[in-house]
Amino acid sequence: MIDLWIHPGFLFFLAAAALPFVKTQWKSIFKLTVPVVGFLSLLLVSHGSHGVLSLMGQTEMIFGRVDKLSLVFGYVITIATLVGMVFSLHVKEDKEHMAGLVYAGSALGTVFAGDLLTVFLFWEIMAFSSALLVFYAPWKDAAVKGMRYLYVHIFGGLLLLAGIFIHVGETGTTVFDALPHEGVGPMLILCGFLLNAAVPPFSAWLPDAYPESTITGVVFMSALTTKTAVYVLLRGFAGAEILVPLGVFMALYGVVYAVIENDIRRLLAYHIISQVGYMVAGAGMGSEMAVNGATSHAFAHILYKGLLMMGMSSVMLMTGLRKLTDLGGLYKYMPWTFMLYMIGGFAISGFPFFSGFVSKSMVISAAQELHRPWVAMLLTLASAGTFLHTGLKLPYYVFFWKDWDQKKIEAKDPPKNMIWGMALAAFACTFIGLFPGALYQALPFDSDYHPYTWGHVIGAYQILLLTGVGFFMLLKMLDPDETISMDTDWTYRKAIHGFTWFVKKPVVWWETRAVEVYKSHLIEPVKKFSRIGWTIDTWVFDGVVNFAGWSTRIESKILEMFDMHLIDGAVTSAPTIIEASAKRLRKLQTGFIQNYTLAMIVGVVVLGIVALIVI
Amino acid sequence: MWIINYLEKIIEHPEEMKKTKKYFLYFGIALVVVDIIIHIPQLHLVHIYFFWDWIPGFSSFYGILSTYLIIVISKWLGHELLMKPEDFYND
Repeated sequence: MIDLWIHPGFLFFLAAAALPFVKTQWKSIFKLTVPVVGFLSLLLVSHGSHGVLSLMGQTEMIFGRVDKLSLVFGYVITIATLVGMVFSLHVKEDKEHMAGLVYAGSALGTVFAGDLLTVFLFWEIMAFSSALLVFYAPWKDAAVKGMRYLYVHIFGGLLLLAGIFIHVGETGTTVFDALPHEGVGPMLILCGFLLNAAVPPFSAWLPDAYPESTITGVVFMSALTTKTAVYVLLRGFAGAEILVPLGVFMALYGVVYAVIENDIRRLLAYHIISQVGYMVAGAGMGSEMAVNGATSHAFAHILYKGLLMMGMSSVMLMTGLRKLTDLGGLYKYMPWTFMLYMIGGFAISGFPFFSGFVSKSMVISAAQELHRPWVAMLLTLASAGTFLHTGLKLPYYVFFWKDWDQKKIEAKDPPKNMIWGMALAAFACTFIGLFPGALYQALPFDSDYHPYTWGHVIGAYQILLLTGVGFFMLLKMLDPDETISMDTDWTYRKAIHGFTWFVKKPVVWWETRAVEVYKSHLIEPVKKFSRIGWTIDTWVFDGVVNFAGWSTRIESKILEMFDMHLIDGAVTSAPTIIEASAKRLRKLQTGFIQNYTLAMIVGVVVLGIVALIVI
Repeated sequence: MWIINYLEKIIEHPEEMKKTKKYFLYFGIALVVVDIIIHIPQLHLVHIYFFWDWIPGFSSFYGILSTYLIIVISKWLGHELLMKPEDFYND
């Protein structure tokens, strides 16, 4: 047999790049063919390492580590892509499909990555391509929410990268396999993984962003990021004890929020956290059955959660409404949406003969076999909560409750392709429930687990029936309120507000004060000082300089006059004087008067120069 | 579609609703009866992990207890702490 390896991720990337150039009439066929070819390529591939790239002889990037664990995630990602493509066929613009293909391709890239650098590479592509599905949404503030989503994931990516550097520095290997459960490097890697798995307190990004994505993009969103994170947890941290309490806490956390949430898609988003809790707890327990359970639950979850999200997205598209308080009574007007949604609701609630039953019971059975009563009981409690809000509360308040005013908004079933997308997922949910062997064969460990025992089936029906009874008894308490739910995103959303407030109020106040102080204590004195300086300058220095100038001029005038009238006069009259007085002076002096006069002139000029220099 | 028509009938006619409730009651009773039967130790139909697995109908009790706890605790937490007005982040 030829060892054929087409990386389905690269296939998706190429398809995304080629999509705008495909002729319009071929586009639909192209969109559906790509995930089918991806799926078939996985059926043909042999186990082992494919697509190994040497980086300067130093380290290797393994793009295709194929084994049972990566294959089963590969299968479900390609199936979810097909469902997403069918559901979004009516969307004319290519950008959403391109983002979806790149997103699914990078999820496949992460799943088949055999080393940590490749994991990181696709991890980042996944963050950016999924953010696009929020950016493309037509609602208000989509860009803000997309950016917030992106920032959180960039933060998670940095944790992962830091962890990888430290880990590789310590061990000298980039191989991605079971990682140590201690040490700074592996713990940072774990934190990066937990952020994408939406483990509280790193979970708020999920219900913040998913309900804000485009109508069709939410299928990809709900399928890929968290489940890829579950895969890497199963691969790297199976048996890490910390994951068990975290997973159980998640399962309950999502249930609490789903009870109080008013936004239909946000309710389902919170419920993703609850469901991923089972998988995280399964990864933490780490036994063969627990890992099998977590894997099969991820597989089943992608399909029924996609179905539920598609149902609520259809309601949103057709009515333009998204709050439980605004909806009600739609079952007559959107019958297909209602019925297909309910199949998803039965599947997620773990009704026997639907997919959730065969996967969820495996995780709970693993807890029982490991003799962990708390884990088993709390996960069972969370599963009652699942039926309560996804199978009862949400459909009750959307499809029943009060009469729909058809005159106000004319509601009807969505376009055919959307119905077919939901039908495809509903078929998969039912098929897995009826024939769990097909899924169990693909699981990483061989198992002889049988979900359909008397105890399981009767127990499940009892819990579900009594949950229903409890729901109708406490119905009044469950009526939705027009509120939003505060979550850990409060820290960074309010922190931003707090920062704005801090800048607006204290900082501005201090700045005003500082400016005042600066003005009164620095600027004004300097002004005063400079005024004094100016005065001194004008009156003293200028005065001195001018005085010197003027005095020099006056002086020179005096000298001129002295020279002209006195000295010249003296010089010209000198012979006469000399002659007249010579006879007398001859008696007194024998010297010449010219010598004395010249000495006088030189003396006066020297005095003038000295005065100029000194002053 | 018969499912939709049937639902419409139940919702609009109280006596049909009563009938449906009765069916669910019968279903519940049947479940408990079957549960008691499968708990007969000699039949080896129920795997016992914890002591409560011996008790027939324990799942029913646990189901309604879970529902009650989830609704009451979630709503309490919501009203006390988590539920905020819709303009909470836009001030």
